[in-house]
Amino acid sequence: MPFTILKKRELVPTIHQVDVAAPRVAEKAMPGQFVILRIDEYGERIPLTIADFDAADGTVTLIFQEIGKTTRQLASLDAGDSIADLAGPLGRASSIERFGTVVCVGGGVGIAPIFPIARGLKAAGNRVISIIGARSADILFWEERLEEASSEFYVTTDDGTKGHHGFVTDIVQKVIESGEPVDRVIAIGPPVMMRAVAGVTKPFGVKTVVSLNPIMVDGTGMCGACRVLVGGATKFACVDGPEFDAHEVDFTLLMSRLAMYLPEEQEALECEAAAEPKI
Amino acid sequence: MKTESKPEKRPEMAKQSPSERRSNFEEVALGYNRYEAVAEAKRCLDCKKPPCIKGCPVGVDIPRFIRQIAEEDFDSAALTLKSTNSLPAICGRVCPQETQCEAVCVLGKSGKGDPIAIGGLERFVADYEMEMGVTAPDLPAPTGKRVAVVGAGPAGLTAAAELAKMGHAVTVFESLHAAGGVLVYGIPEFRLPKSIVAAEVDFIRRLGADMRMNSVIGKIGMVDELLSGYDAVFLGTGAGLPSFLGIDGENLNGVYSANEFLTRVNLMKAYLFPEFDTPVKKRRRTIVVGGGNVAMDSARCALRLGAGEVTIVYRRGEDELPARAEEVLNAKEKGIIFRLLTNPIRILGDENNWVTGMECINMELCEPDESGRCRPVPVPDTEHTIPADVVVIAIGTSPNPLVSMTTPDLETARYGTIVADETGATSKPGVFAGGDIVTGSATVISAMGAGKVAAKAIDEYVRGSARL
Repeated sequence: MPFTILKKRELVPTIHQVDVAAPRVAEKAMPGQFVILRIDEYGERIPLTIADFDAADGTVTLIFQEIGKTTRQLASLDAGDSIADLAGPLGRASSIERFGTVVCVGGGVGIAPIFPIARGLKAAGNRVISIIGARSADILFWEERLEEASSEFYVTTDDGTKGHHGFVTDIVQKVIESGEPVDRVIAIGPPVMMRAVAGVTKPFGVKTVVSLNPIMVDGTGMCGACRVLVGGATKFACVDGPEFDAHEVDFTLLMSRLAMYLPEEQEALECEAAAEPKI
Repeated sequence: MKTESKPEKRPEMAKQSPSERRSNFEEVALGYNRYEAVAEAKRCLDCKKPPCIKGCPVGVDIPRFIRQIAEEDFDSAALTLKSTNSLPAICGRVCPQETQCEAVCVLGKSGKGDPIAIGGLERFVADYEMEMGVTAPDLPAPTGKRVAVVGAGPAGLTAAAELAKMGHAVTVFESLHAAGGVLVYGIPEFRLPKSIVAAEVDFIRRLGADMRMNSVIGKIGMVDELLSGYDAVFLGTGAGLPSFLGIDGENLNGVYSANEFLTRVNLMKAYLFPEFDTPVKKRRRTIVVGGGNVAMDSARCALRLGAGEVTIVYRRGEDELPARAEEVLNAKEKGIIFRLLTNPIRILGDENNWVTGMECINMELCEPDESGRCRPVPVPDTEHTIPADVVVIAIGTSPNPLVSMTTPDLETARYGTIVADETGATSKPGVFAGGDIVTGSATVISAMGAGKVAAKAIDEYVRGSARL
């Protein structure tokens, strides 16, 4: 049974939101979990973290950036189109407890999955300090949603076009140094950002969690493509994660494994370009 | 007796030539034609007490379907097969007949000739039926009972088919996007074409089973939730978790579990990349670690993907190779190198985290251990390096814990298998299990046998519960 796209829009250039009708997934989804989707018979299976879910409407919201062939193809679909397969919710849910004060950091497309976590943490009675960042103001999204889900809210841009001119880590550091007791930090974004956040919080001994998004195939523990090294032990991000202790994650390994198929990504894009009729 | 006039040899099944098949994923064994099949069927002694039926885990009435082939009544032969075995085209291809039905064939045991080619004949009938158009059998009136089957692999599909034939409403939950389990993700196209699996799955669908793909039980629904909507649950979730060696370098780029390598190639059709979107590393030198059928499948896939040099590294000797003799022979025919009595020590990589080779040590066999197999021990000072660009670890799998983890009152054993009695009943009322999730990695046909036995027990259970 295919899964129908109910809504589709480009939030900012190259970052898209799709709301997919998947009532059973929406009913069970928890913040921090992901789905695996396959667009059609020829498609690959890719993991996308759930950005939002609505059990009443039976929808799952996914936000993704156009990077490779699959995400570009997904971006080309419209409301009314459907995707062949969507399996989930997969992975362990984010722990939503009353920790006290929690700093939620979202970078780039990682702003999306941090949203339901921030919302859940705030509803659980935490003081939520959210920090979202992007390269530039024109690729920031969901600012209002995040602000609403937070007790305190910061925006950073690398080029200073909005909010703090600099990186999310600057604000993380500032918040911790301000003396306010921070009980937990959760960061989702590009691996370099997550590594940097881990580097900032480690000297202060603040428990820090990151959500890893390595290459996956089945997403149920069957293939081991998503192997990550955490505290010296090999873990499968799909079933043991996707969230792990940031101070224990081997980010260098994560980044090199993420780059494994870059030549093939390129080949797939070139092949697609060659197949398009020349105008 | 008319046996004297019968030829002693079975006809050899036509195959693609090794040079030809080295570069394609089309089926290697081409099957018997009708003349070969009829001639072979006529060799059958039609024993009064046929041992072959007992040799078959699902109890196919072998002499009967073979007699029907000899009489050129292929339609009846198909009905005979399908009445006990819902997946004959699959079994005819992947069953280890040489250790089961054919091993006990009187013709072979008497020394008068080859045992009857039961597997080849089964395949012939199933393929004939598929070509002619499969008709679903008449089904009994619905019993009003609902059964959930978790996992659409050999055990689950068989249980689903049997239960549907008994008149129960069956829903199959499969986590992947296609039904078949190991038949679609593990066994390569050239050994078992996926169109054959799809056709046999379609037959089960036509028996009335509702197949729900992308449904990960343990995530989208728990066993306890299933029990509130169904009268019984069958768990056939398999042994899907890959084992690694636990040596240095296993997370290098280019190191795959056999599950990942085969899933990319078979289920995702990476051999057709970039027409299909999923890539797999196609490189010059591949090492496969392990000696089972999965290792042979991985090695043969690697060769077909274009690896110039494929080496199987196995820590025991030739006699200990767990793979089917036929598969080892096929691998050797194609030039796969066997480095036996060789054990990996660590996998070597470059500064960019890419595999460059594997350091190994020679082994020798000592006296047999408790398992009866000779224990391999390292030979000092024999460390050596085998260069490689891709390494595939094919040393086995363990049960997938997604279901047992989320079903607290389901008893499990060491290594995570689910405890079930000989009927498939587990510690939890209404929940049955069978196949690799109970036994650990085994064969397609033994899982099918377990699915069939459990279906009978489930039938009794749901009918019994009606009387309560």
